Amino acid sequence: MGALLSFIGVLVLVLVAVIGAKANMQFILGVAVPYAAAATFVIGLVMRVMKWASSPVPFRIPTTCGQQKTLPWIKHDWVENPTTIWGVLARMFFEVFLFRSLFRNTKTELHEGPKLVYGSAKWLWFFGLVFHWSFLVIAIRHLRFFSEQVPGLIQLLESLDNFLQIGAPGLYLTDLALISAVTVLFLRRVVLPNIKYISLPADYFPLFLIGGIAVSGVLMRYFTKVHIVGVKQFTMSLVSLSPKLPQSEIGAIFWVHLLLVSALFAYFPFSKLVHMAGVFMSPTRNLASTGRIKRHINPWNYPVKIHTYEEYENDFRDKMKAAGLPVEKE
Amino acid sequence: MKLDQILEKNKAVILQGWVEIILKAYPDETSRFIKSRKDRFDNPVGHAISTGVEGIFNCLVEGGNERIASFIDDIIRIRAVQDFRPGQAVGFMFQLKSVIRDVVADDLARQDAGLVRELLEFESRIDEQAKLAFDIYMKCRERLYELKTDEFKRNTFRLLQQANLICEVEGQDASAN
Amino acid sequence: MAKLPKPEELGKIDYTPPSTGWMDTPVEFKPGYFCNAAKEKNLAGLHMPNARTWSVKDEDWKLPDNWKEIIMEGLRERLEKYRSLRIFMDICVRCGACADKCHFFIGTGDPKNMPVLRAELLRSVYRKEYTTAGKILGKFAGAREMTIDVLKEWWYYFFQCTECRRCSVFCPYGIDQAEITIVGRELLNLLGLNIDWIMGPANACYHKGNHLGIEPHTFKSSIEFFLDDIKTITGIDIEPSFNRKGAEILFVTPSGDVFADPGTYTAMGYLMLFHELGLDYTWSTYASEGGNFGFFTNNELAKKLNAKIYAEAKRLGVKWILGGECGHMWRVLSQYMDTWNGPADFLEVPKSPITGTVFENARSMKMVHITEFTADLMKHNKLKLDPSRNDDVRLTWHDSCNTARGMGLLEEPRYIAKQVCNNFFEMPENTIREKTFCCGSGSGLNASENMDMRLKGGLPRANAVKYVHEKHGVNTVGNVCAIDRATLTTAIDYWSPGVRVSGLHELVANALVMKGEKTRRTNLRFEPLPGVEQVDDDQPEEE
Repeated sequence: MGALLSFIGVLVLVLVAVIGAKANMQFILGVAVPYAAAATFVIGLVMRVMKWASSPVPFRIPTTCGQQKTLPWIKHDWVENPTTIWGVLARMFFEVFLFRSLFRNTKTELHEGPKLVYGSAKWLWFFGLVFHWSFLVIAIRHLRFFSEQVPGLIQLLESLDNFLQIGAPGLYLTDLALISAVTVLFLRRVVLPNIKYISLPADYFPLFLIGGIAVSGVLMRYFTKVHIVGVKQFTMSLVSLSPKLPQSEIGAIFWVHLLLVSALFAYFPFSKLVHMAGVFMSPTRNLASTGRIKRHINPWNYPVKIHTYEEYENDFRDKMKAAGLPVEKE
Repeated sequence: MKLDQILEKNKAVILQGWVEIILKAYPDETSRFIKSRKDRFDNPVGHAISTGVEGIFNCLVEGGNERIASFIDDIIRIRAVQDFRPGQAVGFMFQLKSVIRDVVADDLARQDAGLVRELLEFESRIDEQAKLAFDIYMKCRERLYELKTDEFKRNTFRLLQQANLICEVEGQDASAN
Repeated sequence: MAKLPKPEELGKIDYTPPSTGWMDTPVEFKPGYFCNAAKEKNLAGLHMPNARTWSVKDEDWKLPDNWKEIIMEGLRERLEKYRSLRIFMDICVRCGACADKCHFFIGTGDPKNMPVLRAELLRSVYRKEYTTAGKILGKFAGAREMTIDVLKEWWYYFFQCTECRRCSVFCPYGIDQAEITIVGRELLNLLGLNIDWIMGPANACYHKGNHLGIEPHTFKSSIEFFLDDIKTITGIDIEPSFNRKGAEILFVTPSGDVFADPGTYTAMGYLMLFHELGLDYTWSTYASEGGNFGFFTNNELAKKLNAKIYAEAKRLGVKWILGGECGHMWRVLSQYMDTWNGPADFLEVPKSPITGTVFENARSMKMVHITEFTADLMKHNKLKLDPSRNDDVRLTWHDSCNTARGMGLLEEPRYIAKQVCNNFFEMPENTIREKTFCCGSGSGLNASENMDMRLKGGLPRANAVKYVHEKHGVNTVGNVCAIDRATLTTAIDYWSPGVRVSGLHELVANALVMKGEKTRRTNLRFEPLPGVEQVDDDQPEEE
């Protein structure tokens, strides 16, 4: 149900792009929408992060996943239970770039049954990693459309991505990887009942959207072959803020691709996709475990009425004296 | 074919069918979890069910009655606290019958009198063990209530002990319990 | 032959789950799953809102008319106070990595016990109220209206979470269900919706100094009572002091150690160790509780209860504070105390008077965990130990959730355990250290009316215990948590009979060779030591 609705949503976007391209609405599709989407993305994300940042972190609550810093002869796990900024950076590095926590799902011993089955949790780590990394590489590769001279780094990345040298134009491994990863991530949402149970339409929609972007991109590059020089001229005009629509016909599929990307950008700040920024701000991960070493200040800490010793002694003075307990007032 | 041969030959099918029936008692998303995670520590319920049914089945076929109690215990002990009604909690034993009837249906259709007798005999054996299952279930439930009182005693024993001393009711009480 | 009818066809029971999504599946209160409602006197005693007599089973929970406003306002306030909440509301991608990590899900199979879904109970309301998408798209965006059914669902499931943080270890963003449960319970407390097992101890602790509500004279006499036992066993007279000004160290431990078996043996262990060291320390009857059931109520009450520790340290003029074996006590101490009630600038940086070791890791907060203290003593060979006295113990180590995932106290207790016990066996890797399983009764859920639930929650832990019991003949589970000592005993009695639960300093004291002691014939439980045949007035109970 949720999946179907999301699929229809993406389908509608595709149709809008196709019809729009046919109906000579290139200006809206190519200029108005992308600019609006980019603005929404930047402003929305900044506002979201500011909103998060506006709430303080009142307590030092890292989830400690290793030995604390303690007596000098006990080996401190400085990454999983960091006490310095370097430890925190290392912990965040492993978390953000290697998905450390998801990797914990792996097991090393005492298994039964076929490996594929018990390894299911590891598959999540693996495909999650493949998905995010190929997405990143593809995004970086696209910078070639937004820079006059293609930087060496991007060229290097492209040649690495294409090292198998299959076909012409050369097959990018990340294209393949992204599509397979999206497929797997989608399938586990519909196949595994407990994952299906927790999935919202908001979980399917981005998968379809990204899947749609990947497929339209692949179609453009390998099959329908859009007018690439025209595309580059157009994208360059977009980044230089003097948009010029391509003179010649560059193919409807490009407009589909562009609209889906725009939709993704615009949708980003209002969805779970903000985890991209949120992961850096998660207090259980980005705080050093220094609760006992350094006083952490809670900006809204306020004095509370406590039951003082004096009140306590007043309540029990006679009994305390009888029991031989020292008292302040006789 | 003799019944025990049929059972031996179809063991995998029977066990699978039996587990399926047992898992029907859980929500879909849960039963999937119970089935899929094979690690006995991440998934103790699934482990108890899968090893338990196999153990029970083997004991029934081979007639080894000593170990069967521990296999039944593994499963019942969990079901006794999983808000099943008593009948439901032990009912899985009877469900083995229907799984086996499915398997032998074709052979039965050939009106094999010997097989029918063997089957009835085997089913009686299941009934016998089902009674054991019920005993274990009752023991578990009783244990649960004992545990409540034990815990209460552990929490208050010291205070009672003191009160006794204050009242000088008893001289020396054994502190070992 | 005619087709035989199948038993389940004759007595057909429909087990299939509701085909509706979780949002449309109303909560069903199952007996044995939940605790009794907080009593009026305990709510009133702490000036909690909406103090009244109510019952969970009643249709009407006697809420104020504007309960919804109160909840929404409370949620808004907490979103502004806690970045953790704000972020955890927004960034979950429902990947499901946490789903099967919760001991309550593993034990009950209830899908709403998957941490992700338990969090969605709150998130769905947040979305409806605070996000544009939720307001416009409603259910499509995972949003739903706050209703009385949702409120009851919150109550049911937020009191089925022990705040153990295991899910947080596996979450790629560190989303911590404990944070969400803490806030969820705070919101419920705005309407006087607590359980009595939390509210009662919290009220007692506020007025009398400890969860059990033991008055000062009884606290003192309880400890003195141990001295008789110690004298019987070792022949040594111990004279601890109470509320003594000018002592070097204030000792604070959960009151369970003083009153509930088998924690009492651990308390005897402290007394014997400190006596042997000649430690200049004092107990306090005013700060006689290390644990903090306020932490399971709301932030303010937690702070109030915790404040007594520094206040008493200041009044008595001690130099630093030593803390006993407890789980959530140490989460609160490590991650909250200094922030709430610090700076403790009237104290000195803790320094062991025996070894001279300065506890730099407690530099600001000034409180040392007893295993840090004892491990340091042992490393410096300050204790004479005879581990063979524990040779009948085949030990495994249970890391308590809070000391493992809220502190990282993993090696200190293991080091001590191996010094005092010759037979030590680890449980499987995915059930210990930061991946340790909860006892199933933490965060104030150790009542008796929810025993079924506790046993289900304790299954994953007990199951790993059973494994080492069968494989290595393990007969003792060591731990540093008062709630473990009280409740794991029960869970293991059910799931893996023949294994018992012991605090670490009970084992230390058994192995500790004290100056001038007589030949010991029994351990602290009055059971014969290994090699000793029979002891007077003792009924052997071990098989």
